[in-house]
Amino acid sequence: MKHKLAVATATLAMLFGAGTVPAQTTDVSFYFPVAVGGPITKIIDQFATEFNKENPAIKVSPIYAGSYQDTIVKALTANKAGTPPVASVLLSTDTFTLIDEDAIVPIDTFVKTPEDRAWLGGFYKAFLLNGQIGGKTWGVPFQRSTVVLYWNKELFKEAGLDPNKPPQTWAEMTAMAQKLTRKDASGKVTQYGVQIPSSGFPYWLFQGLTTENDVILANEAGTQTRYDDPRVIEALQYWVDLSKKHGVHPPGIVEWGTTPKDFMEKKVAMIWTTTGNLTNIRNNAKFDFGVAMLPANKKRGSPTGGGNFFIFKKATPAQQEAAFKFAKWLTQPARAAQWGIDTGYVAVSPAAWETPALKKYAADFPQAAVARDQLQYAVAELSTHDNQRVTKALNDGLQAALTGNKTAEAAMKDAQKEAERLLRGYK
Amino acid sequence: MRDRRHPPSANSPWLDTVAAWVLALLWLLPLIYAVWTAFHPSEYSAKFTLAAPLTLENFRRAWEAAPFARYFLNTTLLVALILGSQLVLCTLAAYAFVRFEFRGKNVVFALVLVQLMIMPDVLLVENYRTMSRLGLIDTLFGIGLPYFASAFAIFLLRQTFKGIPKELVEAATMEGASTLQILRHVYVPLAKPVYVAFALVSVSYHWNNFLWPLVVTNSVESRPLTVGLQVFSAADQGIDWSIITAATLLTAAPLLIAFLLFQRQFVQSFMRAGIK
Amino acid sequence: MNARQQAHAWLLLLPAVVLLLAFTHWPALATLIDSFLSTPKPNRPSVFVGLENYAVMADDPIFWQAVRNNLWFAAVTIPFSVGTALAMALWINGKIAGRGFLRLAYFTPTVLPMIAVANIWLFFYTPDYGLLDQIGGAFGLPAHNWLGSTSTALACVMVVTIWKEAGFFMIFYLAALQGINPSLREAAAIEGASRWFFFRRVLWPLLMPTTIFVLVNAVINAFRMVDHLFVMTRGGPDNATTLLLYHLYEVGFKFWDQGYAAAITMVLLFSLATVALVQFFVLDRRAHY
Repeated sequence: MKHKLAVATATLAMLFGAGTVPAQTTDVSFYFPVAVGGPITKIIDQFATEFNKENPAIKVSPIYAGSYQDTIVKALTANKAGTPPVASVLLSTDTFTLIDEDAIVPIDTFVKTPEDRAWLGGFYKAFLLNGQIGGKTWGVPFQRSTVVLYWNKELFKEAGLDPNKPPQTWAEMTAMAQKLTRKDASGKVTQYGVQIPSSGFPYWLFQGLTTENDVILANEAGTQTRYDDPRVIEALQYWVDLSKKHGVHPPGIVEWGTTPKDFMEKKVAMIWTTTGNLTNIRNNAKFDFGVAMLPANKKRGSPTGGGNFFIFKKATPAQQEAAFKFAKWLTQPARAAQWGIDTGYVAVSPAAWETPALKKYAADFPQAAVARDQLQYAVAELSTHDNQRVTKALNDGLQAALTGNKTAEAAMKDAQKEAERLLRGYK
Repeated sequence: MRDRRHPPSANSPWLDTVAAWVLALLWLLPLIYAVWTAFHPSEYSAKFTLAAPLTLENFRRAWEAAPFARYFLNTTLLVALILGSQLVLCTLAAYAFVRFEFRGKNVVFALVLVQLMIMPDVLLVENYRTMSRLGLIDTLFGIGLPYFASAFAIFLLRQTFKGIPKELVEAATMEGASTLQILRHVYVPLAKPVYVAFALVSVSYHWNNFLWPLVVTNSVESRPLTVGLQVFSAADQGIDWSIITAATLLTAAPLLIAFLLFQRQFVQSFMRAGIK
Repeated sequence: MNARQQAHAWLLLLPAVVLLLAFTHWPALATLIDSFLSTPKPNRPSVFVGLENYAVMADDPIFWQAVRNNLWFAAVTIPFSVGTALAMALWINGKIAGRGFLRLAYFTPTVLPMIAVANIWLFFYTPDYGLLDQIGGAFGLPAHNWLGSTSTALACVMVVTIWKEAGFFMIFYLAALQGINPSLREAAAIEGASRWFFFRRVLWPLLMPTTIFVLVNAVINAFRMVDHLFVMTRGGPDNATTLLLYHLYEVGFKFWDQGYAAAITMVLLFSLATVALVQFFVLDRRAHY
């Protein structure tokens, strides 16, 4: 009887292919912040399948969790209930939150060999900044972006501007925008010169302006903000004046989600938005457009954005090691290059840009390389302890100034006061 | 044709008709816009000219973006499961409130009403913990369980049952009907329009519920449509109205069609109840 | 009232009550306890802090702005959505041309998923090429940034709410109207009663249980409907459209401040419960069945 059962079990196991799997597989659940479905899920699925084939002892299962916000809600909810994922891609700015929730382990824990060290040293420094806190590296750059300026070459030509020369400085951007703003007979504006979206997360685009005005919004320890620095106020005044004084920027709050559409509808000649929009605009714009670094004031500059790869604390050591292996595998130059080409995100290491595939792509489509070239001027995205709340203080201040409810100075002073109150406990 | 007979109303003056129609068109605007945009190429999503060419491309793109067939199946099973449980459990509870006097009745009823006021999102972490203990994470049953007892349904049915004439109940009691028989043969048939109304509401709500299903599920096998619909509202790339509207029509179509088909039934069930 | 009846009643209630307790009251109780504890941090486990979370709330200007916004929101959306719903139901219940079409039209908002619908409304409100401005433009009106200015954003959000809710409430009025004996109207017509008189003296009292039901739900929904904010305004500009539940979502799931979120939840819950229960028990006693 027993014998029969054993045979039956063995047969069943063979039928289901279980015989080929080694006795112990390490399961790695991997939350990924992409709207479920979509082209990106196919790429990630393929990555997981390939990796699992190369490493039969590991089974990575991607779980798609929607937007970044949905993903962190899901990850931290699961974490609080004691069953977090093993790894997840989350916003790099959430690093402080994840540390404060005691949810993640530093990547350095797993970096043991010289080879590992070389791998960690191989990323663009700008992309590592947000993940490095208290002398440790907590996140591996993966799905990263930055802010760039898109301009409509056709409208430049119509306005008598050189279609191949985007603005290099703030003053130039204002001057060009004045030429690019058009009104109809009744004085109604039919086409604006420039727009910088300000709904939802205005701080990110504003950080472009502040960096160019040579000021960093928060210290590295994430305990002190500088929202009321005169250079910050000056940067905000410039933004407010684009609309209030010069009338070349739409009034009020400009919706982030409709900005690409505004650009494609020729309602605006220049927009500031993420490099992540490149593929979308390339596919849908019916005119020739250019991509440029953001214009400089005191210097050039832009924040980085996007997601890092994190490893969770409550996973077993074997799972964590497996996740680390997967992170290394994902960011190998050839794979990072392919990821950048397929998605429009910026490939995360200089070595990736040296691969033949990416070199060819950048040569055929030079707009894609602009983000890379801008990285040398890039700074960490604003991130502090109690991050989303401290950032919201700034967002509210920016919106108050842009809607004309407060002056730039009053708005930033209030924001700073609120941020100081929030950060009291972390000093 | 008794079913065709409408309750005689004061003949609606033309002003009412005009107002009703204007309001209806206003109410339909989003749907009209969705149909326009979904069937035209994206450059016409903000331009309304008769010359715009028709296309099904948006639907193709939307359909391919997520395993919608599976999601349709999951959602259908889910709403059926929830609705079925709600109807049974809440009928029994509402009946208890109407038929019996018992100690603590008002307190229990107040406790039921309290559930109406609690936002499910607030309970996310606790309920996730419970599901995880019960081993129901990533199952359709797990998505549905917290909704099986609906305070809304209990409240609605209680209000309805209260309106049912006492004489009918007394007559049935005289004939020797048991407690459950009275429920089945007197209360439930008379409340039919309300059941239909509640079913519409419950199905629409759970067809479109989002945050809880997202948090409590991980795999394609258990995820409902809305989680699939989320693909198109990722803000990073900006809003592509063509594909959003196509996906909206795809996901809402079964409900709209069901409502159209159901209308007859709906009206007739109202009529029958009304004539008694 | 005998023991058997008591047992019957409890048996009937049991399944529903157990589920309600497990998935609503138990977690709500946990939230109440959390509201007296500090938010746990790895180096600082949560400790009893008494009313500190409530004090934080009283000092939070955004909380008070959310309260103000929400009161306005309730004051406008409740009467408009209930009134519209009643009008819709009366029209459809009468002999109006195209009843089937009207019924479908009024009901569509309930069927369409809010995530998608919010995006469509976003288009309507988009400055310049959005539907509202295209129509306004045809009449020579200037473009307006509807959702992007603090003065109009909240009103825009209210319109979407009324649109979404009226058809939903209509269903309940319709079900109730259909249950009213048609001979009543015939009798009234014979006696030559005016439409208004008939409505005021006959229909309105008969609709009372439904009105109570709809009103209680309208009050609660005025504090619960925030889905569209996530797409349309994210509470902006400068908190002009931040409603209480949206604020709660931010505190709970963006700031991860468990203690403070619990305190807001409790305040919201208690004020709603008071309003709804008073409303219910007072009106319920007055209504004739």
